[in-house]
Amino acid sequence: MTGPLRIERRLNTPGWLKFAVPIASLFLAAIITGILLLATGHNPFSTYHQMYSAAVTSDGALSATFVYATPMLFTGLCAAFAFRMRTYNIGGEGQLYMGAVGASATGLVLGDWPRPLLIIAMVLGGALAGMVWAAIPALLRAYLRTNEILTSLMLNYVAGFFMYYLIYDSDSYWRDLSTPGASVFPTGKTLVPAASWPGITIGTFVLPMGFVLGVGLAVSLLFLIRSTRYGFEMRVVGDSPQAANYSGIRTKRKIVSVMAISGGIAGIAGSSQIGDFGHVLDPRGLQQAQYGYTGIVVAALALYNPLAVVIVSLFIGGLTNAGFALEGPSFPTGLVGTMEGIILFTVLGGEILARYRIGLRHRAVASTPVSAVTATKAAS
Amino acid sequence: MNSNVVLAVLVSAISFGTPLVVAGLGELLTERSGVLNLGVEGMMLMGAVTAFCVSQKMHGPAGLILLLAVLASLVAGGAMALIHAFLTITIRVNQIVSGLAITIFAGIIGLSSYLGQVWNIGGVAGRHQFNSIDLLGWKNVPILGPLLFNQDAFVYASWVLVVAVMYYLYRTRPGLYLRAVGENPAAADAMGINVTAYRYIHTLIGGAFAGLAGAYFTLALAPIWTDGLTAGMGWIAIALVIFAFWRPDLLVLGAYLFGVFSALGPTLQTRNITVLPSEFYSALPFLMTVIALAAASTSWANRRIGTPASLGIPYTREEG
Repeated sequence: MTGPLRIERRLNTPGWLKFAVPIASLFLAAIITGILLLATGHNPFSTYHQMYSAAVTSDGALSATFVYATPMLFTGLCAAFAFRMRTYNIGGEGQLYMGAVGASATGLVLGDWPRPLLIIAMVLGGALAGMVWAAIPALLRAYLRTNEILTSLMLNYVAGFFMYYLIYDSDSYWRDLSTPGASVFPTGKTLVPAASWPGITIGTFVLPMGFVLGVGLAVSLLFLIRSTRYGFEMRVVGDSPQAANYSGIRTKRKIVSVMAISGGIAGIAGSSQIGDFGHVLDPRGLQQAQYGYTGIVVAALALYNPLAVVIVSLFIGGLTNAGFALEGPSFPTGLVGTMEGIILFTVLGGEILARYRIGLRHRAVASTPVSAVTATKAAS
Repeated sequence: MNSNVVLAVLVSAISFGTPLVVAGLGELLTERSGVLNLGVEGMMLMGAVTAFCVSQKMHGPAGLILLLAVLASLVAGGAMALIHAFLTITIRVNQIVSGLAITIFAGIIGLSSYLGQVWNIGGVAGRHQFNSIDLLGWKNVPILGPLLFNQDAFVYASWVLVVAVMYYLYRTRPGLYLRAVGENPAAADAMGINVTAYRYIHTLIGGAFAGLAGAYFTLALAPIWTDGLTAGMGWIAIALVIFAFWRPDLLVLGAYLFGVFSALGPTLQTRNITVLPSEFYSALPFLMTVIALAAASTSWANRRIGTPASLGIPYTREEG
């Protein structure tokens, strides 16, 4: 490289840097967003303060934050798990839609089952639908080496139109046709009360069942990746597909199974949308929420660590909650995605800075490298 | 289907295909330098919103305003590409993740939507747009007239762009160097080619083209601003580059083929021809993309594949 900057890999990253860099990255993101807010005529301090109270301190704010965090926890795990093996499943969005379709069908068909069984069936119904939808790009990737990024993404749009067709443009099983009004304003059939998942209520705060399930899933995934043969093989395939082939790992099967698990997790996000919150298949609401795409943000910020996904999903959930609560002329909707993007840029950049030593290029060969901290300031 | 409908679909396919041609050419140049840009969708939206803002807010002769709007879209797309270039080329962030970050940052719930709201340009009809020009007075020539000689200036410009990109890539020294950088950056570096500069420049050009493609939506195709109006066309443009085997000539063919898929639904709908549900026609371009990508990755097609060998891999002299 012939640029003015010189970048070398660090042999070992100092411990303090692992904590200092993400914090500095978030701080930098807040400054950049603040500049954007100032440039468009808003006061950044009062905006941040409003956001904090809308996400955390005001009445019912924390419960609402968990409502947004729950689907993001699942879609974040979906992306984190697949990205860990460098299979880029961008299809969490569509797999969530299909999960919602699957879970609402299960809930409607098995409405007279005992409640615990019904809820388990809904979780599995959503997971299965998500898995099947993810299997399409997975099989294409494994056996034809078709780029899974683009195929999984295209299927998001297809799943979206399929959901619309079910509710708005056909007399499908999912659509409510019982009242004459329902043909003018198409809606989905509402599930029986037994199909709504029980939340854990602590005072005024409600912890959705889906979130608890997601935390359990995160712990299991961490165990799977860190401590099992399956996880070890995953990491080998991700880091060096060639080494994996030579060592006899069945790479193709691995790709299919990892993508399917990833899709299944996104499918459960759909189940939770039906069971925890909506109780009805609502294509428009699911599509506007963009939980699948936000899951990629969550996974990337968590550096693909399942436990970190739990924390980050709450952070981004809070941001989204604040965005919707404050939505209006002083807080345009687009600000949420803009902030997510800026945080991603600074955190992704910061993560590299922590792993590399960056200095100015000197003519002399034996120059002393400038420490990474000063370089961070210089680069920003 | 009678021949009238077929012609209407084809004419409309040229319109729907034009942003794919422009964004696809940009992505092709970027990928030929070894950089994968998955931010095209976001860059297109940024181009669309800035072009529309200029065309709504500026006063003066229509031609001048349209020109300025087009320039603004180039700058907006290029600015997004600069972020991607800095992150991926200079500090070597994973190109896939950085591209996705750009699309989220600039996309349907991001900066393009924010600016649309701040500038207050949503939901109103455009004041200026590209109108069709009767080229050479051949508008009424059967079939070819409406297809080739009655398009707007933007479409004609896109054809010039195709020829220019092909000439650049295959007939000029920088074009040769560009291909060398994409195939083997170390060898190119040894030859004295500035790999970093080539990658930066072609990432910026790719972003500017994506912005330009976005401008076509708000200045010609549907002169109105709504959040996320490109509706996945940026992603199809990226896919096009792959199944056109990184060749501009095949890319143009593919773009118009996908123009046909996109045009089918709206054209049949305006003529009240309903054979299949409208959702099927809307999903058609995306389904066909999956099929085309799968077909392009079969072993038959792989024999003549042209993936730039260094695509997605950052280059550093130090680590070899």
